[in-house]
Amino acid sequence: MANYGRIHSLESFGTVDGPGIRFVVFMQGCPLRCQYCHNPDTWDVNKGKEYTPQELMNEIIKYKPYIDYSKGGVTFTGGEPLLQADFLLEVSKLCKEKGISVAIDTSGFIFNEKVKELLEYTDLVLLDIKNYDPLVYKIVTGVSLSPTLKFLDYLKEKNIATWVRYVVVPNLTDNLDAVKKLSDHLDGYPNVEKIELLAFHKMGEYKWKELGLEYKLTDTKEPSKELMKQIAEILSANGKTVTSNK
Amino acid sequence: MREEWYDFNTGSWMTDINVRSFIQHNYTPYMGDESFLTGPTERTLKLWEKAKALMKEEHEKGILEAETSKPSSITAFGPGYLDKENEIIVGFQTDKPLKRGIMPNGGIRVVKKALEAYGYSLDKKTEEIYTHNRKTHNDGVFDAYTDAMRKARHSGIITGLPDAYGRGRIIGDYRRVALYGVDFLIEDKIREKKLLEIPTLGSPDIRLREELSEQIKALKELKEMAASYGYDISRPAKNSFEATQWTYFAYLGAIKEQDGAAMSLGRVSTFLDIYYERDLRHGLITEEEVQELIDQFVMKLRMVRFLRTPEYNDLFSGDPTWVTESIGGMGLDGRTLVTKTSYRILHTLYNLGPAPEPNLTVLWSVNLPEPFKKYCAKVSIDTSSIQYENDDIMRNYWGDDYGIACCVSAMRIGKQMQFFGARANLAKALLYAINGGKDEKTGEQVGPMFAPITSEYLDYDEVMTKFDQVLDWLSELYINTLNVIHYMHDKYNYERLQMALHDVNILRTQACGIAGLSVVADSLSAIKHAKVKVIRNEQGLAVDYVVEGDYPAFGNNDDRVDQIAIDIVEKFMNKLKKVKTYRDAMHTLSILTITSNVVYGKKTGSTPDGRKAGEPFAPGANPMHGRDKKGAIASMASVAKLPYKYAQDGISYTFSIVPKALGKNETERVDNLVGMLDGYFHSRGHHINVNVFDRETLLDAMEHPEKYPQLTIRVSGYAVNFIKLNREQQLDVINRTFHER
Repeated sequence: MANYGRIHSLESFGTVDGPGIRFVVFMQGCPLRCQYCHNPDTWDVNKGKEYTPQELMNEIIKYKPYIDYSKGGVTFTGGEPLLQADFLLEVSKLCKEKGISVAIDTSGFIFNEKVKELLEYTDLVLLDIKNYDPLVYKIVTGVSLSPTLKFLDYLKEKNIATWVRYVVVPNLTDNLDAVKKLSDHLDGYPNVEKIELLAFHKMGEYKWKELGLEYKLTDTKEPSKELMKQIAEILSANGKTVTSNK
Repeated sequence: MREEWYDFNTGSWMTDINVRSFIQHNYTPYMGDESFLTGPTERTLKLWEKAKALMKEEHEKGILEAETSKPSSITAFGPGYLDKENEIIVGFQTDKPLKRGIMPNGGIRVVKKALEAYGYSLDKKTEEIYTHNRKTHNDGVFDAYTDAMRKARHSGIITGLPDAYGRGRIIGDYRRVALYGVDFLIEDKIREKKLLEIPTLGSPDIRLREELSEQIKALKELKEMAASYGYDISRPAKNSFEATQWTYFAYLGAIKEQDGAAMSLGRVSTFLDIYYERDLRHGLITEEEVQELIDQFVMKLRMVRFLRTPEYNDLFSGDPTWVTESIGGMGLDGRTLVTKTSYRILHTLYNLGPAPEPNLTVLWSVNLPEPFKKYCAKVSIDTSSIQYENDDIMRNYWGDDYGIACCVSAMRIGKQMQFFGARANLAKALLYAINGGKDEKTGEQVGPMFAPITSEYLDYDEVMTKFDQVLDWLSELYINTLNVIHYMHDKYNYERLQMALHDVNILRTQACGIAGLSVVADSLSAIKHAKVKVIRNEQGLAVDYVVEGDYPAFGNNDDRVDQIAIDIVEKFMNKLKKVKTYRDAMHTLSILTITSNVVYGKKTGSTPDGRKAGEPFAPGANPMHGRDKKGAIASMASVAKLPYKYAQDGISYTFSIVPKALGKNETERVDNLVGMLDGYFHSRGHHINVNVFDRETLLDAMEHPEKYPQLTIRVSGYAVNFIKLNREQQLDVINRTFHER
């Protein structure tokens, strides 16, 4: 049993990471280095504040009325929450005891026995597929795509509700061929309930500077509405619901 | 049965004055959605155009016009109209729309000053009469004030006191005029007065007999006023139009006679709905015509005006009148009190556009019909014009026919009034504790002289002991000051008509208030959990503080500090209760600043939480700007912990959020706002103002006010036209915590 987890920050009023009002836990540490990351301050696995599962649960439970009335829940995001699957497993068990729904926002890059066990207590996975072209995926994230797809297969096998998320970055993830292939691929996954398109924004750029990191997308513009619409149309060809935040 | 009451269900309301009984026997709860609503009629639009043009002119000039000689009364002015052809609901306070009357019974100096501020001068004869022949409330108060009261008022440890103008926060049961007609009400008062022919008349009985006589006169004047518009209100209203018009006449009489800070309407929409439903059932009216009545009624309520001084506007900015209308809620029998007219009155915000008045207040229960909850959320998101208060808490205290006066003060309609007591500045009181009763700005000995704290770093226990002593002194002084004010108000500026629309025996509350709660809680938290170093001037007066280390701040749902805030409220309330009140009023307390948080901040030196001298307090019970770091719900969860039990005059919280942070699309935003409100009120939060807009909109409105004539925002307990705030207050609103993640 993990006796503590490292947490970057807590947000009591999340409305964009799963249904209803979410208590959002930003977990510390991430193996990916996405170019457009807006939380690079969550990368370092050694930072953050330590919480025991019960300490975190004590925070979460304060918000139960808001969660209940809005049919919301807790969302673990980050960072890459699955890096701390041990800890999450303990917290998720506690959440289940209190009837609180659990969502995990992940890249699907980490996949092991602990993660499998954790998924038994997970109501919703928000799976970020950064790109469907393995080469582009590697450029965007610094790691390879295949673990994510294996993870998706497992979610299908266990029939775990999944929302796929795709961040649209002009000149980076607007490779429409790959988008089309992703759409076709997802067609075979009935557990994928929805695809969320997220428009790239630069609100995290200042954090890169603060951390002394080089931000490669300074000159990249936010995607146009037309581009968002175009990609949404391609992704909905498989009949799935596609939402866009722009 | 009276012919006007045909087709109504019978009940005790027919023999006794009991509007609640009438409502309970006759209203139709509505569980559906807003799809039945209709747009404004042509007449309404034409009339509203004229009203808007006048308001524009008024905004440019400051005020449109003012009376300078004839004191206002129920019958002082003949009829006034805006546009007879299109005007259905009639009646203005003076002979012209938006022309401001004068009410010198509160105080002649204030009238004079207010007129002069706008370039008018008070008629010499009037001034002379109210200086030499007719004593005013203001004169009475200052004849009786003690030195200590004057000092406390001057230093600003107690301010906003209604000692120079009408006290307000009294709601006449205006519905009684529509339901019973004035003659029935007069007969009842005569009967009550007869019952006071008792063997030994003590001064309370003598006072009451005099008051009843005044009430009867006021009711007769009300009939006369309505007759000047061509209506006979001696008898009950017989249809939808008359019910609306009669109710408005009753309210109009009150605002012709009194200029109290808050002249609230009560809870009329579900009452009126009974008449509308009856006429709809009989095919006597259409939905369009019902909406037209409500639109035109609301338009009149938007045109209520009082003459105020610039100092008054600094305290309560944006020319508020607090025509508060309480909407919805649940009945004691479990049926909802939401009717179609609850929707119709909210719908005026679309038909006429957003506006601060009337102060539309939704009495929220987690058991309200879901479609109504969603409609309210939609209206909030679209207009930022409504506030919400916890019906599930208040129903336990006040039953199911209470209304909100002003911002957050609940009172049973026609059965309860309050002695408005503004507020005590507890942040300043804390500084007095540190400085041995001396004012931190002037060095003057305002409080009792005791040893100041002399250590370099503040010690929590020492500060608390001294703070306790200061609060003992303050609570006694505060209640006694209010006793003087309300004694004199009853004597020289009695609300004849409003009290005529009350029962004879009523509950009175002595409504005290706290300003600066989050400053005090954070200061004490800093002293307890971090280190606070004192900076003293040459005279040894503590004038600034340096906070070393972090401390938990109010607004993060952290019990280490939230409990301090709770304890202060309970402690101050318990101290107030020890002091005897005028007319045995029940002590209550509010945590509400209205917009005076800016002025209070100006008058208060640096505080141990790190706030610098002159900086605004947070409004009402809000956490201090920018210190709530765990998001919107953590912030409101802290506020929800404050105990209504010890603050029965209301706990105000203002919440501002950008649309995007509320959800990704309109449906999600509505659902999330409903969930948030349910969660907040379930957690026993008392009140919340909801603002949904971007900071950029406000910045643009500061630069280009002409583009935003109707931009309405909620501030501490009421709504204002953003462009009517002064620059300082606009900046305060913009700098306040916006939840935008």
